[in-house]
Amino acid sequence: METIDTLLRDVPVFHGLPAEDLALVAGCAQNVHFDAGAMLFREGDEADTFYLVRHGSIALEMYVPARGPAIIETLEAGEVVGWSWLFPPYRWHFDARALTPVRATAFDGACLRGKCEDDPRLGYALMSRFAQVLIERLQWTRLRLLDLYGHDGS
Amino acid sequence: MPDVTTSVIEPGALDALVGALRGRGYRVLGPSVRDGAIVYDDLESAGELPVGWTDSQDGGRYRLERREDEARFGYAVGPHSWKQFLLPPRIRLWQARQNGDGGLEVEEEPLDETPLAFIGVRSCELHAIDIQDRVFVGGRVKDRDYAARREGAFLVAVNCFEPGGTCFCVSMGTGPKAEGGYDLALTEILDGEHRFLVEIGSERGAEVLAELPRREATAGDLEAAGAAVAGAVHKMGRQLDATDLHGLLRRNLEHPRWDEVAERCLTCGNCTMVCPTCFCTSVEDTTDLDGNAERTRVWETCYSVDYSYIHGGAIRPSGRSRYRQWLTHKFGTWHDQFDTSGCVGCGRCITWCPVGIDVTEELSAIRLTDDEEATNGDH
Amino acid sequence: MAPRPFRVTRRRRETADTWTLGLEPVGGEPLSMAPGQFTMLYAFGIGEVPISISGDVEGPLAHTVRAVGSVTEAICAAKRDAVLGVRGPFGNAWPVEAALGGDVVVIAGGIGLAPLRPVLYELLRRRGELGEAALLYGSRRPAELLYTRELERWRKSLQVDMTVDAADSGWTGKVGFVAKLVASARFDPAAATAFICGPEIMMRTSAEALLERGVAPERIHVSMERNMQCGLGHCGHCQLGPTLICRDGPVYRWDEVDALMKVREL
Repeated sequence: METIDTLLRDVPVFHGLPAEDLALVAGCAQNVHFDAGAMLFREGDEADTFYLVRHGSIALEMYVPARGPAIIETLEAGEVVGWSWLFPPYRWHFDARALTPVRATAFDGACLRGKCEDDPRLGYALMSRFAQVLIERLQWTRLRLLDLYGHDGS
Repeated sequence: MPDVTTSVIEPGALDALVGALRGRGYRVLGPSVRDGAIVYDDLESAGELPVGWTDSQDGGRYRLERREDEARFGYAVGPHSWKQFLLPPRIRLWQARQNGDGGLEVEEEPLDETPLAFIGVRSCELHAIDIQDRVFVGGRVKDRDYAARREGAFLVAVNCFEPGGTCFCVSMGTGPKAEGGYDLALTEILDGEHRFLVEIGSERGAEVLAELPRREATAGDLEAAGAAVAGAVHKMGRQLDATDLHGLLRRNLEHPRWDEVAERCLTCGNCTMVCPTCFCTSVEDTTDLDGNAERTRVWETCYSVDYSYIHGGAIRPSGRSRYRQWLTHKFGTWHDQFDTSGCVGCGRCITWCPVGIDVTEELSAIRLTDDEEATNGDH
Repeated sequence: MAPRPFRVTRRRRETADTWTLGLEPVGGEPLSMAPGQFTMLYAFGIGEVPISISGDVEGPLAHTVRAVGSVTEAICAAKRDAVLGVRGPFGNAWPVEAALGGDVVVIAGGIGLAPLRPVLYELLRRRGELGEAALLYGSRRPAELLYTRELERWRKSLQVDMTVDAADSGWTGKVGFVAKLVASARFDPAAATAFICGPEIMMRTSAEALLERGVAPERIHVSMERNMQCGLGHCGHCQLGPTLICRDGPVYRWDEVDALMKVREL
């Protein structure tokens, strides 16, 4: 069974981090499992954990009155779920639900924040990688906003 | 076939020429003065030619002026080109009816069988006809209407001795001397003895010439004709460096000149109407009250916003993009599409542009600050 | 070239505004078609539009049409036994031969799946000559997905990965932009050929995702679209820079058109 830090080495968001940093990050991590339909977190809850999906599919959704839960985006293996742990007030903006059985690595956000404050160099390295994830997520979302398949999209 | 290749005819023999062609069933078309311009229309006699007229042309300016002689072809080109006869501005393509059980009966428009004869075709115009031939009969599918009109057409070329203020055929390698593609070529000589040198370009040209009063050309006639054309080479109104315009335009699709010309261009499309090679058309589908449908093909200009419409909008909404499309097509992508430049240097677009935009000036301006390192448009 | 009469023999509603019509000639030979080609479809008295062939090229002519204007509305309203006019087929074909012996990735956005369906039939016929074969398909909403029953059947022989831009309450599948599916599709970039069809921006982002995975630009093929009227290379409307789409396309290699797509209003 691979240790967490060897598992992390090839994951895009931690790509290129030196071994000591990977070990530090791994120190804040543990493997978790969710059944299909289980909630990973809910909107408004304290955001002190983020997840790296290893297997399965997660739906990021928001409960809309009279409409029910509306899926905003689905995330698959290799993708990071959650970044509200990075910034105050450290509360989730969305619900996250396992669509299938999910195996993931859960990271203690508070623990990692502490390590970043102690070592700003690590903080910068993690911040720039998460910024990239955010930008990519935003880009895909913007493309959907264009509504290209609509009547006069092209 | 007469046993001489060059003959000389008197101006009066032109009447016999028109008569000989009409006698053979041709619809004879040629230049005439009308509404202050020299236009191409039906000719019943040589008396309708623009005798003693010349044109004064510049950007956005065209005036007829009286000559001091009685030259029949002492002008350059007017707003018309021969394309209006080979590619009519408006023709019906087919008619259709829905029959009893909901079926569809389509009847293609019968072809116009009347052969055409053009009198007064300049070298630039011969090149323009050849260029349009590539579009309509040179590809995988031939246009049946163009092919029918073109096939029997009898061309009487004239060599220019009086080029116009906006001419630049020398820069484009399309004149002033007609090199081929004609049945007969006339060079007007006005050195005291008004006469025409006639060169034969085809067997049927020779047959028609045989019906006219003529004499053999002398060395003196040949020299005089040569001098007239040679003189024309030095009287071009415009000049253009045509070196690799294809590459120049491909590299400069975002050149600032496009913004500059867009401030002047009205996107009126005059240039496309008078240009002898512009060939774009659109189709109109209509029905009448009796339930018959028909499709008509009409001239179209790439300057119209609708031209590039696809679901929801136009690909080229701005005037800037439409001017760029026309110019880069004419001098650049024509090469990619049809293996030739689209321009013959006739200058009509310069003369008939209401604001006098000069393509030679625009291209020179782009070349001046050519972005040679640019990779846009390049692979 | 005048339209030939074709009778509507089948009619199937695909989505709220899209229908697939099966057409057979009223007299005369059926069309000889290749995947990727299109015909000019004529609605009597109203007009003509270019529509990609969307059925099996070895079977009768079929077109999937979206009602977005007066001509397409009339075509979509044509009942069984109604007669439409057909000119064509025009254009070039998706180079299916080039994909054989390697992996193939087909990426469709919205109604872009319609011009790709003939290619999928061809690929399924020759499944044994392919390695990995993936269909990545994205649409706006679940209700706008085409050919949903066939998609399920195709799962038996192809990787079928679908996504929507926005979900409805019943959707349990992926939500996200279709180009995002490229990163996780199973294929060997060094041995892959791709066929992409959909809105230009979708084709561009999909091609970029493929390039990022190492697929060669000459092995990526897209279907381009411009105003089309004659289909013969005579009317000039379908120009895209140096090319006439009705004559040289609509299928192009990525390296032939990527620079053109970057010039606005070309």
